[in-house]
Amino acid sequence: MTDTGFFGRLNWDAFPIAGLIQTPNTNEIVANAAAGIVVVGVIAVVGLLTWFRLWRPLWRDWLTSADHKKIGIMYIVFAIVMLARGVLEGVVMRAQQAAGPGPGFLEAEHFAELFSTHGTIMVFFVAVPFVFGVANYLVPLMIGARDVAFPVMNQISLGLTVSAGMMLMVSLVVGEFSTGGWTAYPPYTGAAFNPGVGPDYWIWAIVVSGIGTTLTGINFAVTIYKLRAPGMKFMRLPMYCWTIISSSILIIFAMPPLGVAALMLAADRYLDFHFFTNDLGGNMMNYANLFWLFGHPEVYLLVLPAYGIYSEVFATFSAKRLYGYNSLVIATMCIAVLSFTVWLHHFFTMGQNALINAVFGVATMLIAIPTGVKVYDWMATLYRGRIRFSVPMLYGLAFLMLFVIGGLSGVILANPTVDYQVHNTLFLVAHFHNALLPGVLFGLLAAYNYWFPKAFGFRLNEFWGRVSVVCWTVGFLLTFMPLYFVGLMGMPRRSFSYSDASFHPYMLVAIVGALIITCGLLSILVQLWVSIRDREKTRAPVGDPWDGRTLEWSIPSPPPPYNFAIIPQVTDRDNFAVAKERGEAYPTPDAYEDISMPRNTAIGFTLCVLSGVWMFALVWWIWWLAVLMTVLMLVSLIAWTFNTDIEEVIPAEEVRKQHEAWLDLVRNATAVDRDHETAPENRGLARPDLEAVT
Amino acid sequence: MDKRSEMHRRERRRYVIGYGGSLLLTAAVFLIAYKYGIKTTGVYLSIALLGLAQLIVQLVYFLHIDRRRSSREDLDLVLFSTLVLLIIILGTVWIMGNLAVRMHTYPM
Amino acid sequence: MKRAPTHSYPGLNLGRRHESAHRATEVVTFGFWVFLMSDLVYFGLMFAIYITMIDAQAGGPGPHELFDLYSIFAQTLILLTSSLTVGLAMLALKYNLPRWRIVFWFCVTLVLGLSFLVLEIRDFMAMAEKGGIPQRSGFLSAFYGLVPLHGLHVAAGCLWLIVLGIQLRVFGLTDLLMSRVVRLALFWHFLDLIWIGIITIVYFGGLTYG
Repeated sequence: MTDTGFFGRLNWDAFPIAGLIQTPNTNEIVANAAAGIVVVGVIAVVGLLTWFRLWRPLWRDWLTSADHKKIGIMYIVFAIVMLARGVLEGVVMRAQQAAGPGPGFLEAEHFAELFSTHGTIMVFFVAVPFVFGVANYLVPLMIGARDVAFPVMNQISLGLTVSAGMMLMVSLVVGEFSTGGWTAYPPYTGAAFNPGVGPDYWIWAIVVSGIGTTLTGINFAVTIYKLRAPGMKFMRLPMYCWTIISSSILIIFAMPPLGVAALMLAADRYLDFHFFTNDLGGNMMNYANLFWLFGHPEVYLLVLPAYGIYSEVFATFSAKRLYGYNSLVIATMCIAVLSFTVWLHHFFTMGQNALINAVFGVATMLIAIPTGVKVYDWMATLYRGRIRFSVPMLYGLAFLMLFVIGGLSGVILANPTVDYQVHNTLFLVAHFHNALLPGVLFGLLAAYNYWFPKAFGFRLNEFWGRVSVVCWTVGFLLTFMPLYFVGLMGMPRRSFSYSDASFHPYMLVAIVGALIITCGLLSILVQLWVSIRDREKTRAPVGDPWDGRTLEWSIPSPPPPYNFAIIPQVTDRDNFAVAKERGEAYPTPDAYEDISMPRNTAIGFTLCVLSGVWMFALVWWIWWLAVLMTVLMLVSLIAWTFNTDIEEVIPAEEVRKQHEAWLDLVRNATAVDRDHETAPENRGLARPDLEAVT
Repeated sequence: MDKRSEMHRRERRRYVIGYGGSLLLTAAVFLIAYKYGIKTTGVYLSIALLGLAQLIVQLVYFLHIDRRRSSREDLDLVLFSTLVLLIIILGTVWIMGNLAVRMHTYPM
Repeated sequence: MKRAPTHSYPGLNLGRRHESAHRATEVVTFGFWVFLMSDLVYFGLMFAIYITMIDAQAGGPGPHELFDLYSIFAQTLILLTSSLTVGLAMLALKYNLPRWRIVFWFCVTLVLGLSFLVLEIRDFMAMAEKGGIPQRSGFLSAFYGLVPLHGLHVAAGCLWLIVLGIQLRVFGLTDLLMSRVVRLALFWHFLDLIWIGIITIVYFGGLTYG
């Protein structure tokens, strides 16, 4: 820490345009184009909001809302914006390596920034917000609750996640991001080797989003534990909720190591501590240990909810009860606990003895057992089901086939002797992309297609959905399968150039795959556009377009703010499916009650802005601003606790009017069978399927 | 009203017992340290055990965690957290200790 | 359910007397417990780091030169007593004793918390005079990463006490406030538990193996 002026170490050279003027080359053009996209994007959004006079509705209906459904949608929008950036960065990296042996068109520093932001964004600002966006939307609906346990804290979580993500966007325009990879290993990221702002952007983005995620984990664990509808015992929970509760447990216990590691790195960089430095007793291996204490549970906290999504999708689109529910529950919990016992397999080569490596290797292989149980359960669910190959089901099938390959390559890597050979090669990159794309991302895209009509009242376009499935699957195969081979041939990961010409053909295949993935991303946007344009033909306001099985399908689409006019009494697993079979779905309630819901509040947005400025001030050493923001955050939180008028009441009469209007809609709708699921006459009332096996 | 002050007395007694117990255990720890010096593993082990005892005393008397059926849930939460904590701490110490030995960071 | 359970969430319970506050408190107290367990992992990791760095003194001052057990003893007694007084404040609240009793125990707890902090800071200053600053070695970094983290929690607890004191004046004893006092008491007891870990592992452990 040195003496700094009013703007800390921020000056004109921090802006990429300065680099372009000084040294105009391809590298600078790419950097400036990226910064330009951010600036133009912000101007475009601000302009459109102003032109359509949307500022007030945006503020009233979204930014200050404490409704879990809206918070969920905001999470997902944020995740998709970040996904677009992450995918584009992936394509640029593939292009650099496809440009052949030799220097390529990017400078090494720039390439390093790309893989660092790509990893950081995809894990922390795509996967996590997407997973918890979906969970936000679904969990209260599935367990028959009116909101999450702590709606305002939920809003704060969103605010912190978004402000941290914004730091990555800001780093494109002001200064540069870390070049230390998404894991940011010291001592490379320490002050001695990396005095710039890059690692600081990484640290604060990770710390703040980590706090947001921890709060989310607490929120969902408590929601599922305490807010289930009467009669919904644990063994009646939808499979998806089971996976969210395990994922929340993972967050609660696995986010602290990340926070500790990042803050200790910050102490090293800002206050000259010696946790991870080369000198004076620092030990950088402690960092690797801490990081992976978080890192391994992290991948399970991402993939378990995707398993939950697939469980719901397979059951619904096979029109069968989920096979082996009990074994799936046990497998999920086993994976959650086992995931705390395997972190060392990320650093087998660090130098500990063979016994320790063997113990952690065996523990890692053990995880394949509950995962295998799951795969068989899903296949047994499909077996003799009445399968419809709708978009979510197609994603599910692609997952089943591809994920097994990813899982098996994981078992290979779990063997320390093999790991020594392929450590830090593209084999590893292929493995975890193989687990995360078909595992997590396909699941989230399946969820997006499956639950979209619940959230917005109309279905997504089937054709463009299929196009995106094909693009993502083919693109994934072409991009990442070659990496297994070059990895075995010995190509190190994260290399901005290489000299071995035999890698080149594989790199060419990979760039073709990356371009097809880009088409997949574009077709998702086209699908959204086409679906909004044609929404009159696909409306399903009654709420059950897929003959769903769980509670969220028993209410209107989109659901009212209070979700359930009457809190349902749960008597079975797959409660709604059973009710439909018995002809007891859509009951008319005897009486209605006043419902109190959380009022709008600006605390989440306030903290979003304040924490954003706080991070920026810390990165650029603008100390007075950092102190000011700390005080303001504290004051606004304390001030908020003085506000006791936090709920508003929706009168029973209002609830009755809305609910009866919808019940009329239900009575007048024509039920459709499964063959006409995607036809315009599907208004969301399902006809019981006599052939279905239940 | 009478029953109520009875309950009040009982709960207050609970706190006082917890306080007294913790006080005794703290005194014992410092007494051992004062008398025997803090050198050997044996002394440290007895200090650590007394510390553990004090943790349990406080959990039971201040935080009201016990094995009664109605409060099983809190016990579960605490036990699960302890399990994770043990995995993390023992694992870290095992791994880093082994590394230190193999890297000759300090003699052993 | 045949009868209302006396304990519906972990730890301190308001009891049936305050039925509405009791139910409103159930969810939020459970959530707070979960938060404390997450916080516990934070501390647990700092303990683990301290254990691995106990030897990383890099020729700087070690535990024998730096630790002052008399001061630690005093801090332990103060913190332990404050745990009792915050419990007594809880009881005063639970049994509807006159408001001044609650305020009295609040004030005692606050004074004890602040004097704990004063002693702790005095210790740090004494250590710094002997060259025991975090910049000196990995061992000292680990020490200053852990013990002041606990101190920071105590400071946050003090701030919380003050805010609750003000709210007690503004709102009176509402359900919401009772639920907040319950959580503060939990937090305070939790810090005492962590402190037991600190004296056992940081101070005595450091002196034995450092």
